[in-house]
Order: sequence, then structure tokens, then C-alpha cells
Amino acid sequence: MSAVQDIRVITQRQLRLLTRVPEVLIFSTIQPVMFVLLFRFVFGGSISTGQPGGYVQLLMPGIFVQTVAFTLAGTASGLAEDLKKGLIDRFRSLPISQSALVVGRTLGDSMLNIVVLVVMALAGLAVGWRPSSGIVKVLIGFVFLFMFGYALSWVGIFVGLSVADARVVQNVGFIVTFPLTFLSNAFAPTTGMPRVLQYFAEWNPVSTMVAGCRELFGLKNIFGATAGSFPSENPLLMSAIYMGVIMLIFIPLSIRKYKNSSN
Amino acid sequence: MKSVIAESLVKTYKNGEVKALNNLSLDVEEGTVLGVLGPNGAGKTTLVRILATLLKPDSGRASVGGIDVIKNPDKVREIIGLSGQYAAVDEILTGYDNLVMFGELYHLGKKQAVARAEELLERFSLTDSAKRPIKTYSGGMRRRLDLAASLIVRPKVLFLDEPTTGLDPRGRLEMWGVIEDLVKGGTTLLLTTQYLEEADQLADEIAVIDNGTVIARGTSDALKKQVGGEKLEIVVNAENLMKTQEIVARVTGNKTTIDEGLRLISAPVTLGSNALIETLRELDSAGIHPLDVGLKRPSLDDVFLTLTGHAAEVKEEAK
Ligand SMILES: Nc1ncnc2c1ncn2[C@@H]1O[C@H](COP(=O)(O)OP(=O)(O)OP(=O)(O)O)[C@@H](O)[C@H]1O
Ligand SMILES: [Mg+2]
Repeated sequence: MSAVQDIRVITQRQLRLLTRVPEVLIFSTIQPVMFVLLFRFVFGGSISTGQPGGYVQLLMPGIFVQTVAFTLAGTASGLAEDLKKGLIDRFRSLPISQSALVVGRTLGDSMLNIVVLVVMALAGLAVGWRPSSGIVKVLIGFVFLFMFGYALSWVGIFVGLSVADARVVQNVGFIVTFPLTFLSNAFAPTTGMPRVLQYFAEWNPVSTMVAGCRELFGLKNIFGATAGSFPSENPLLMSAIYMGVIMLIFIPLSIRKYKNSSN
Repeated sequence: MKSVIAESLVKTYKNGEVKALNNLSLDVEEGTVLGVLGPNGAGKTTLVRILATLLKPDSGRASVGGIDVIKNPDKVREIIGLSGQYAAVDEILTGYDNLVMFGELYHLGKKQAVARAEELLERFSLTDSAKRPIKTYSGGMRRRLDLAASLIVRPKVLFLDEPTTGLDPRGRLEMWGVIEDLVKGGTTLLLTTQYLEEADQLADEIAVIDNGTVIARGTSDALKKQVGGEKLEIVVNAENLMKTQEIVARVTGNKTTIDEGLRLISAPVTLGSNALIETLRELDSAGIHPLDVGLKRPSLDDVFLTLTGHAAEVKEEAK
């Protein structure tokens, strides 16, 4: 019971940081909104999609997934910052369950995504995004997005503890997330890539997430090299498997690393 | 009863290249204050972190309040308070939020956590700045808040790692006052410091550590004795220097040293006040009027110099 309390207190702390430093919230929403606008108006005209409603329909799921993927960097650098300031030492000297600290942190950090996703959805609606599948499926899509961010925040914990220098951590976060989000179907169809890359791009968890969300939002996906394979046929199931695997690996790994950190 | 026991602690870094602790043993009697005195890199922080369950030693044993820190860290955490070398509070949150958060993490319940936070803010004169984020606090306020956070559940054993480093003289005096009050309440305290006067002022006993091991242990008086007893010091006019030295050497029967720049003659003495009176009488009959006379007990600086072969301040930052 007390572990639940501890998790709540830590989650609240993460959320309170957001209200105390509104810049974090503002900039974490400005960037994706800017991406929506840039991609919509810069590339939107030159990428033909063969879908009703145009590029913005394909783009929005891509940008949603990319944005939640950045949770990894946010969690990692926040944790590295606390480590550097010795705050983690204080937490670790308290008589509380050690995993409560990391669990609360991943929860709090992921909740930031709720706000960001809502703002992005509104921006998308403003520039012509019109999911055609009905509210329930759209909401299921958002649950998937939230869960994806949550799973990746566990990777963020691991990166934050392993690198421990907040500035380096930021970069590591980007180095991990940029190739994953661009070597994917998020912004352009994979069919334009060299064939070898198509395999990577289509098996990439970011792509299965994007493909899954597109399905939920009522769109068709186009696959290249892997057309007809398991991930292309079952992107949602594949995404759920990826998230399960990420959490199965990184939750115990991160908690163990946390307990032994600074040894 | 010993509240803190450390037995042959060893902690190495970089595959054994850096020996942070090298067979360190010490203990603290319940309800007393042990000052752990050592220069940069001596191993103070490493020792505190092991005792506070944050770090596992390579070998050796330690217990706090009779509980083994390696086997039962969770139990130890229930009875200790820690204020680390660098104030570890949440910069972004306010002082009030910090204390309430830590109170809740100590499972006080929201109401009690709030009450305790207010009480501590009051006691550490932080009520006025309670609603400001910590990053607007001065170094001294930060330290006080950090100490307050370590006192939330009235710990049986408190660890303070260099509680006054970085404070100005006024901040230091304030902090000393706070610590002295605490100790009156019966808390067992292990305090590390680089300041010799601080150990002298606050600690019942002092353990001097260097290169990861205890090189001397005792009350500050006992340590001073170990270095040698009192010294007679006399300052005279330059022309009387030689004559005075003769007199001092004769009276004390000991070797004298002369500092020509300060025109200071000094010699170890056994019965200080007798030697002082005798010397003054002799000087008087020789027509010499000393500018300054006194009996000096060795400072802890002298203790350090004698024990380690280097002064406390001059050793390079080891990091
Ligand atoms: N994580 C680490 N990696 C490598 N060496 C370390 C590490 N932590 C401590 N050391 C080394 O161990 C020795 C003891 O360090 P410690 O921090 O305990 O000293 P200290 O007495 O607290 O010094 P200070 O007065 O500067 O705080 C130093 O030589 C230090 O460089
Ligand atoms: Mg230290």
C-alpha cells in the first residue's frame, strides 16, 4: 500500500515540476506543433498520398509517434539532472521502496504527453486533419500513443542512469530517437527508400506504431519490402509486442541499475 | 551502546587504483558527536555514503543503531537522517513543497507532513521564503533546508557531510547553533568537516582521517596533547632577541625556536604557568619588556600537521 503512496508522491512531484517551470510544457508542445505546420505546408504539397484528405492525414500519426518517442530523452535528462544535484541520494536514503521512485517518475513524465497530444491534435484539426474512424478508435489510438511513451520512458531511465551527464544524455536521447523516427514511415512512404532500408524502416517499432495509428484513424498503409509480412498485417499487435518487450527488458534492468547506481 | 560501528571498511574505485577507504574503522557512542576530520579526498563522503546505505563497501562491515547497513539497508533508512555534502533538495520546488514531499515519503500522511514542514521551516528561520523555489535561496538557506529535510522524522542517527562548507562566517555560526541544539536533544551525530575549529566546537570526539584511514582518534584535548603540550611564546624588541632566548632556554630547560621576522621566541613547557611567571621575573630583572607573552596550546592545525605531515589546507583537491 505504501508503495502506491510513494509512487503517487513522486508522480505528483514530476507534474509539479511542470507547473513550476511552464517553459517545459510550452516548449514540449511548441516543437511538435511547429513540426505539424512545417511538414503540412512545406512537404504536404510535394508528397502524393493517394489518400482522401491529403498528406496531413498520414502525417499526424507520424508526428504523434515521434513526439511521444521523445519522452525517452526527457526522462533521461531529467533523471541525470537529479543525479548530478545529489537529489537521488536523498531519495535513496529514505525508507521507501526504491522502485517507487522510478515508477513515479515514468508515470509523471508520460503524463506530460497527454497535454502535448491534446494540443497537437487541436493543431492538426486546425490544419485539416480529419480522422474518419470515429471517436472510440481515435481514443484507442491515443491510449496506444500514451503507452508507447510510457514504455520508452523506461528506456530513458536506463539511459539517464547509464550516462548521468545531463547534456550528454540529451544528445544520446536524440541520437537514439532521430534515426528511429526518420528511418520509418512517419513522414514519407517507405517505398521510396533503398530496399535494404525498407526492411529496417518497416520493422521499426516507430513504423508499426504509426501504421497502427493510421489504421485506427481510418487510413490505409503502403508497405514496400515487407508487404504481407506480420508487422505490416498486424501493426497494432506488433506494436503491443514491442512495448511489452521493451518493458520486460527495461523495467527490471532500470530498477536494478537504479538500486546499484553510484556503487 | 555504540550507535555507529564501521569495521575495516574498504572501498576502491577504478579497479583498485583509487583507495577511497583503506581499512577504516570507527564507532560513535550513542548520543554523542563524532567529528570526522580530513582534507579533500580523505574519504569522508565515501564513509558517510556507506553508513547511509547509498554505497556498498568492497569489504568490511558497518552497522547503524545495531542494524547492519549492508544486509538491512531498508531498516537503517528508517532511523537515519542524511544531509550530504551538496544540498540535495529539489531546486525547482519551493522549500515548503520539498519538506511536504519528503514528509509524505516518510509516510507521515499529508496532514502531518504539512504540520512538520511548517514546524521545521519556522525552526530554521525559513518561513518567509517557504513559498519560493529553492533556486532563489542563498547557500546558507539551502543548507538549512537540506538539514531540515533530514530531520523530518527525528532520526536516531544523523549524518552531516561538511554541513558548513561554502557558508560565510555568519552562516557557519548559525549552522553551528542549529547543530548544537540538535545534539542537546540526544541525537547521535557523525559530522565530517575540513574545518578544525568546527570539529573542536561541535564534536565530543574527533577522528582524523587521511587517505581513507583513521590516523588519530580522541577528544580534541587528547589530540592536542598527542602533539605536545603547551608552548611559551614571547615577542620582544629585535635588540633583546638573543638575550631573551637565553633566559627562556634556561628557565624551561628546553630547545627554543626563534622567528626573527615576528621577533617571536617559543619553547615547549611542561608546567606552563610556572614557567611563564619565572620567565617574566627573569626578563624584568634583565630590564627587558616583552611586547607580548602567552601560553599557546596547539591548535588542531598543529595536530593535523604533525599527524599527516601536511597541513589540512594545502593538499590538492583529489578529484
Ligand atoms: N565515483 C568515484 N570514482 C572514482 N574515484 C572516486 C569516486 N568517488 C570518490 N572517489 C575518490 O575517492 C577518494 C575519496 O573521496 P571522498 O569523496 O570520499 O573524499 P572526501 O573526503 O569527501 O573529500 P572532499 O573533502 O573533497 O569532499 C578521492 O580520491 C576521490 O577522488
Ligand atoms: Mg566529501
